[in-house]
Amino acid sequence: MARMKFICDAERCIECNGCVTACKAEHAVPWGVNRRRVVTLNDGVPGERSISVACMHCSDAPCMAVCPVDCFYRTEEGVVLHDKDTCIGCGYCSYACPFGAPQFPSSGTFGMRGKMDKCTFCAGGPEASGSAAENDKYGRNRLAEGKLPACAEMCATKALLGGDGDVVADIFRTRVTTRNKGSEVWGWGTAYGKPISGGATPKATKS
Amino acid sequence: MRHTLLVIGSLAVLTALSACSETPQVAGTRIQGTPAYMGAEGSPYTDAGWKAGDATSWEEQMRTRTQSGQNEYVRSGGR
Repeated sequence: MARMKFICDAERCIECNGCVTACKAEHAVPWGVNRRRVVTLNDGVPGERSISVACMHCSDAPCMAVCPVDCFYRTEEGVVLHDKDTCIGCGYCSYACPFGAPQFPSSGTFGMRGKMDKCTFCAGGPEASGSAAENDKYGRNRLAEGKLPACAEMCATKALLGGDGDVVADIFRTRVTTRNKGSEVWGWGTAYGKPISGGATPKATKS
Repeated sequence: MRHTLLVIGSLAVLTALSACSETPQVAGTRIQGTPAYMGAEGSPYTDAGWKAGDATSWEEQMRTRTQSGQNEYVRSGGR
Protein backbone atom coordinates (compact mmCIF):
# COMPACT_ATOMS: atom_id res chain seq x y z
CA MET A 1 0.00 0.00 0.00
CA ALA A 2 1.11 3.53 -0.78
CA ARG A 3 2.63 5.67 2.00
CA MET A 4 1.54 9.25 1.48
CA LYS A 5 4.19 11.94 2.02
CA PHE A 6 4.87 15.60 1.29
CA ILE A 7 8.22 17.09 0.37
CA CYS A 8 8.95 20.72 -0.48
CA ASP A 9 11.66 21.70 -2.92
CA ALA A 10 13.25 24.80 -1.35
CA GLU A 11 15.00 25.65 -4.64
CA ARG A 12 11.62 26.06 -6.33
CA CYS A 13 9.32 27.56 -3.72
CA ILE A 14 8.68 31.22 -4.56
CA GLU A 15 6.60 32.01 -1.45
CA CYS A 16 3.48 32.65 -3.51
CA ASN A 17 1.25 31.06 -0.86
CA GLY A 18 -0.77 29.34 -3.57
CA CYS A 19 -0.71 26.12 -1.52
CA VAL A 20 -2.05 27.95 1.54
CA THR A 21 -4.84 29.49 -0.50
CA ALA A 22 -5.69 26.20 -2.21
CA CYS A 23 -5.97 24.46 1.17
CA LYS A 24 -8.07 27.24 2.65
CA ALA A 25 -10.46 27.24 -0.29
CA GLU A 26 -10.71 23.46 -0.70
CA HIS A 27 -11.62 22.78 2.91
CA ALA A 28 -13.27 26.07 3.89
CA VAL A 29 -10.75 26.37 6.73
CA PRO A 30 -11.91 28.97 9.28
CA TRP A 31 -10.22 32.29 9.86
CA GLY A 32 -7.16 31.98 12.12
CA VAL A 33 -6.50 28.33 11.28
CA ASN A 34 -3.69 27.58 8.86
CA ARG A 35 -3.36 23.93 7.99
CA ARG A 36 -0.49 24.88 5.68
CA ARG A 37 1.82 27.88 5.66
CA VAL A 38 4.95 29.04 3.91
CA VAL A 39 8.04 29.61 6.04
CA THR A 40 10.89 31.74 4.72
CA LEU A 41 14.43 31.33 6.01
CA ASN A 42 16.67 34.42 6.00
CA ASP A 43 13.82 36.56 4.73
CA GLY A 44 15.04 39.58 2.80
CA VAL A 45 18.60 38.33 2.61
CA PRO A 46 19.94 37.37 -0.82
CA GLY A 47 19.65 33.61 -1.15
CA GLU A 48 16.57 33.33 1.07
CA ARG A 49 14.72 30.05 0.89
CA SER A 50 11.05 29.25 1.44
CA ILE A 51 9.35 26.00 2.30
CA SER A 52 5.71 25.08 2.53
CA VAL A 53 4.97 23.32 5.81
CA ALA A 54 1.98 21.37 7.11
CA CYS A 55 1.47 18.05 8.86
CA MET A 56 4.16 15.71 7.54
CA HIS A 57 2.13 12.60 8.44
CA CYS A 58 5.11 11.18 10.34
CA SER A 59 5.65 7.44 10.39
CA ASP A 60 6.29 7.70 14.14
CA ALA A 61 4.08 10.65 14.92
CA PRO A 62 4.77 12.42 18.25
CA CYS A 63 1.23 13.84 18.31
CA MET A 64 -0.13 10.30 18.40
CA ALA A 65 2.23 9.41 21.22
CA VAL A 66 1.25 12.28 23.53
CA CYS A 67 -2.51 12.50 22.93
CA PRO A 68 -4.17 11.68 26.28
CA VAL A 69 -7.46 10.66 24.68
CA ASP A 70 -5.90 8.68 21.82
CA CYS A 71 -7.82 10.54 19.13
CA PHE A 72 -5.19 10.06 16.42
CA TYR A 73 -5.08 7.18 14.00
CA ARG A 74 -3.20 6.25 10.85
CA THR A 75 -4.97 5.19 7.67
CA GLU A 76 -3.88 2.35 5.43
CA GLU A 77 -2.29 4.96 3.17
CA GLY A 78 -0.07 6.23 6.01
CA VAL A 79 -2.02 9.44 6.59
CA VAL A 80 -2.19 10.61 10.22
CA LEU A 81 -5.74 11.72 11.02
CA HIS A 82 -7.68 12.48 14.17
CA ASP A 83 -11.20 12.15 15.47
CA LYS A 84 -12.63 15.55 16.40
CA ASP A 85 -15.41 13.89 18.40
CA THR A 86 -12.75 12.49 20.75
CA CYS A 87 -10.36 15.47 20.83
CA ILE A 88 -10.55 17.54 24.04
CA GLY A 89 -8.47 20.45 22.71
CA CYS A 90 -5.75 20.07 25.35
CA GLY A 91 -2.97 21.20 23.00
CA TYR A 92 -0.42 18.51 23.90
CA CYS A 93 -0.08 17.60 20.22
CA SER A 94 0.77 21.22 19.45
CA TYR A 95 3.74 21.10 21.83
CA ALA A 96 4.85 17.71 20.56
CA CYS A 97 4.72 18.46 16.83
CA PRO A 98 8.08 19.69 15.42
CA PHE A 99 6.31 21.25 12.43
CA GLY A 100 3.63 23.26 14.27
CA ALA A 101 0.91 21.43 12.39
CA PRO A 102 -1.89 21.24 14.99
CA GLN A 103 -4.08 24.32 14.88
CA PHE A 104 -6.70 25.48 17.36
CA PRO A 105 -9.63 27.62 16.27
CA SER A 106 -10.30 30.52 18.63
CA SER A 107 -14.01 29.79 18.72
CA GLY A 108 -15.72 26.45 19.13
CA THR A 109 -16.57 23.76 21.60
CA PHE A 110 -13.95 24.75 24.14
CA GLY A 111 -14.09 28.50 23.73
CA MET A 112 -10.63 30.00 23.34
CA ARG A 113 -9.07 26.70 22.39
CA GLY A 114 -11.34 24.59 20.23
CA LYS A 115 -10.89 21.10 18.90
CA MET A 116 -7.64 20.61 17.06
CA ASP A 117 -7.55 21.02 13.30
CA LYS A 118 -4.73 20.03 10.98
CA CYS A 119 -3.83 18.98 7.47
CA THR A 120 -5.61 15.76 6.53
CA PHE A 121 -3.60 15.13 3.35
CA CYS A 122 -7.04 15.76 1.81
CA ALA A 123 -8.17 12.43 3.25
CA GLY A 124 -11.08 13.60 5.43
CA GLY A 125 -11.74 11.91 8.76
CA PRO A 126 -13.36 8.88 10.36
CA GLU A 127 -16.81 9.63 8.95
CA ALA A 128 -18.00 8.03 5.71
CA SER A 129 -15.82 9.17 2.80
CA GLY A 130 -17.36 12.09 0.93
CA SER A 131 -20.21 12.50 3.44
CA ALA A 132 -21.53 15.88 4.53
CA ALA A 133 -20.48 15.17 8.14
CA GLU A 134 -16.90 14.50 7.03
CA ASN A 135 -16.86 17.59 4.87
CA ASP A 136 -18.13 19.79 7.71
CA LYS A 137 -15.50 18.61 10.19
CA TYR A 138 -12.45 17.87 8.08
CA GLY A 139 -13.06 19.21 4.56
CA ARG A 140 -12.91 17.44 1.22
CA ASN A 141 -11.73 13.85 0.87
CA ARG A 142 -9.79 14.09 -2.37
CA LEU A 143 -7.90 10.83 -1.89
CA ALA A 144 -11.19 8.94 -2.00
CA GLU A 145 -11.94 10.76 -5.25
CA GLY A 146 -8.71 9.50 -6.77
CA LYS A 147 -6.99 12.87 -6.45
CA LEU A 148 -3.94 14.18 -4.62
CA PRO A 149 -3.84 17.02 -2.06
CA ALA A 150 -5.02 20.34 -3.48
CA CYS A 151 -1.91 22.20 -2.26
CA ALA A 152 0.50 19.97 -4.18
CA GLU A 153 -1.65 19.83 -7.31
CA MET A 154 -2.09 23.61 -7.30
CA CYS A 155 1.59 24.46 -6.77
CA ALA A 156 2.63 26.59 -9.74
CA THR A 157 6.33 25.74 -9.63
CA LYS A 158 5.76 22.16 -8.46
CA ALA A 159 7.91 22.92 -5.44
CA LEU A 160 5.47 21.12 -3.19
CA LEU A 161 5.22 17.46 -4.01
CA GLY A 162 2.60 15.20 -2.46
CA GLY A 163 1.74 11.59 -3.11
CA ASP A 164 3.08 8.10 -2.60
CA GLY A 165 6.42 8.49 -0.79
CA ASP A 166 8.29 6.29 -3.27
CA VAL A 167 7.11 8.28 -6.29
CA VAL A 168 7.58 11.68 -4.64
CA ALA A 169 11.08 10.77 -3.45
CA ASP A 170 11.94 9.58 -6.96
CA ILE A 171 10.79 12.86 -8.52
CA PHE A 172 12.71 14.92 -5.96
CA ARG A 173 15.83 12.78 -6.36
CA THR A 174 15.76 13.22 -10.13
CA ARG A 175 15.59 17.00 -9.74
CA VAL A 176 18.45 17.13 -7.24
CA THR A 177 20.73 14.92 -9.29
CA THR A 178 19.91 16.83 -12.48
CA ARG A 179 20.74 20.25 -11.07
CA ASN A 180 23.42 18.93 -8.66
CA LYS A 181 22.02 20.76 -5.62
CA GLY A 182 18.89 21.53 -3.71
CA SER A 183 18.44 19.12 -0.84
CA GLU A 184 20.53 21.11 1.65
CA VAL A 185 17.80 23.32 3.09
CA TRP A 186 14.90 20.90 3.14
CA GLY A 187 15.59 17.38 1.95
CA TRP A 188 14.09 14.03 2.71
CA GLY A 189 16.37 13.61 5.73
CA THR A 190 15.34 16.96 7.19
CA ALA A 191 11.68 16.18 6.76
CA TYR A 192 11.54 12.56 7.82
CA GLY A 193 14.85 11.83 9.53
CA LYS A 194 17.85 9.93 8.30
CA PRO A 195 18.16 6.18 8.75
CA ILE A 196 20.62 5.13 11.45
CA SER A 197 23.08 2.65 9.95
CA GLY A 198 23.28 -0.40 12.15
CA GLY A 199 21.94 1.54 15.11
CA ALA A 200 25.49 2.44 16.15
CA THR A 201 25.91 5.52 18.31
CA PRO A 202 28.84 7.74 17.31
CA LYS A 203 31.49 8.06 20.03
CA ALA A 204 31.85 11.40 21.72
CA THR A 205 35.13 13.13 21.01
CA LYS A 206 36.99 15.48 23.32
CA SER A 207 38.28 18.72 21.92
CA MET B 1 -11.18 -31.90 58.96
CA ARG B 2 -8.73 -32.57 56.19
CA HIS B 3 -11.46 -32.07 53.57
CA THR B 4 -12.40 -28.69 55.09
CA LEU B 5 -8.77 -27.56 55.04
CA LEU B 6 -8.51 -28.59 51.39
CA VAL B 7 -11.61 -26.56 50.47
CA ILE B 8 -10.36 -23.51 52.39
CA GLY B 9 -6.94 -23.83 50.76
CA SER B 10 -8.47 -24.06 47.28
CA LEU B 11 -10.62 -20.97 47.91
CA ALA B 12 -7.55 -19.06 49.13
CA VAL B 13 -5.61 -19.98 45.97
CA LEU B 14 -8.56 -18.95 43.74
CA THR B 15 -8.88 -15.64 45.58
CA ALA B 16 -5.16 -14.97 45.23
CA LEU B 17 -5.27 -15.68 41.50
CA SER B 18 -8.40 -13.64 40.84
CA ALA B 19 -6.28 -10.53 40.11
CA CYS B 20 -4.76 -12.40 37.18
CA SER B 21 -8.06 -12.09 35.33
CA GLU B 22 -7.94 -8.27 35.29
CA THR B 23 -9.23 -6.78 32.05
CA PRO B 24 -6.58 -5.19 29.76
CA GLN B 25 -6.25 -1.44 30.26
CA VAL B 26 -6.00 -0.27 26.69
CA ALA B 27 -6.69 3.42 26.15
CA GLY B 28 -9.33 3.75 23.46
CA THR B 29 -9.61 1.97 20.16
CA ARG B 30 -7.82 3.25 17.09
CA ILE B 31 -10.18 3.93 14.25
CA GLN B 32 -8.58 3.06 10.97
CA GLY B 33 -11.17 4.87 8.83
CA THR B 34 -12.42 3.78 5.44
CA PRO B 35 -9.55 3.11 3.03
CA ALA B 36 -9.32 5.75 0.30
CA TYR B 37 -9.51 3.12 -2.42
CA MET B 38 -13.11 2.42 -1.39
CA GLY B 39 -13.98 5.76 -2.98
CA ALA B 40 -16.29 8.60 -2.00
CA GLU B 41 -19.77 7.26 -2.55
CA GLY B 42 -21.91 9.44 -4.77
CA SER B 43 -19.27 12.14 -5.22
CA PRO B 44 -19.66 13.86 -8.60
CA TYR B 45 -16.02 14.95 -8.40
CA THR B 46 -14.46 11.48 -8.45
CA ASP B 47 -11.77 11.16 -11.08
CA ALA B 48 -12.67 8.75 -13.86
CA GLY B 49 -9.27 7.10 -14.13
CA TRP B 50 -9.80 4.33 -11.58
CA LYS B 51 -12.36 1.93 -10.13
CA ALA B 52 -13.65 2.45 -6.56
CA GLY B 53 -13.08 -0.58 -4.35
CA ASP B 54 -10.04 -1.78 -6.29
CA ALA B 55 -6.89 -1.03 -4.25
CA THR B 56 -4.52 -1.75 -7.16
CA SER B 57 -6.46 0.56 -9.45
CA TRP B 58 -6.35 3.34 -6.83
CA GLU B 59 -2.61 2.98 -6.31
CA GLU B 60 -2.03 3.10 -10.06
CA GLN B 61 -4.23 6.20 -10.25
CA MET B 62 -2.14 7.89 -7.52
CA ARG B 63 1.09 6.98 -9.30
CA THR B 64 -0.15 8.20 -12.68
CA ARG B 65 -1.55 11.41 -11.25
CA THR B 66 1.66 12.19 -9.34
CA GLN B 67 3.87 11.56 -12.35
CA SER B 68 1.69 13.38 -14.88
CA GLY B 69 0.82 16.27 -12.58
CA GLN B 70 4.00 16.86 -10.59
CA ASN B 71 6.92 15.47 -12.55
CA GLU B 72 7.69 17.99 -15.27
CA TYR B 73 10.38 15.72 -16.72
CA VAL B 74 7.52 13.39 -17.65
CA ARG B 75 5.17 16.21 -18.65
CA SER B 76 7.65 17.85 -20.98
CA GLY B 77 8.85 14.52 -22.34
CA GLY B 78 12.53 15.04 -21.65
CA ARG B 79 15.13 16.97 -19.72
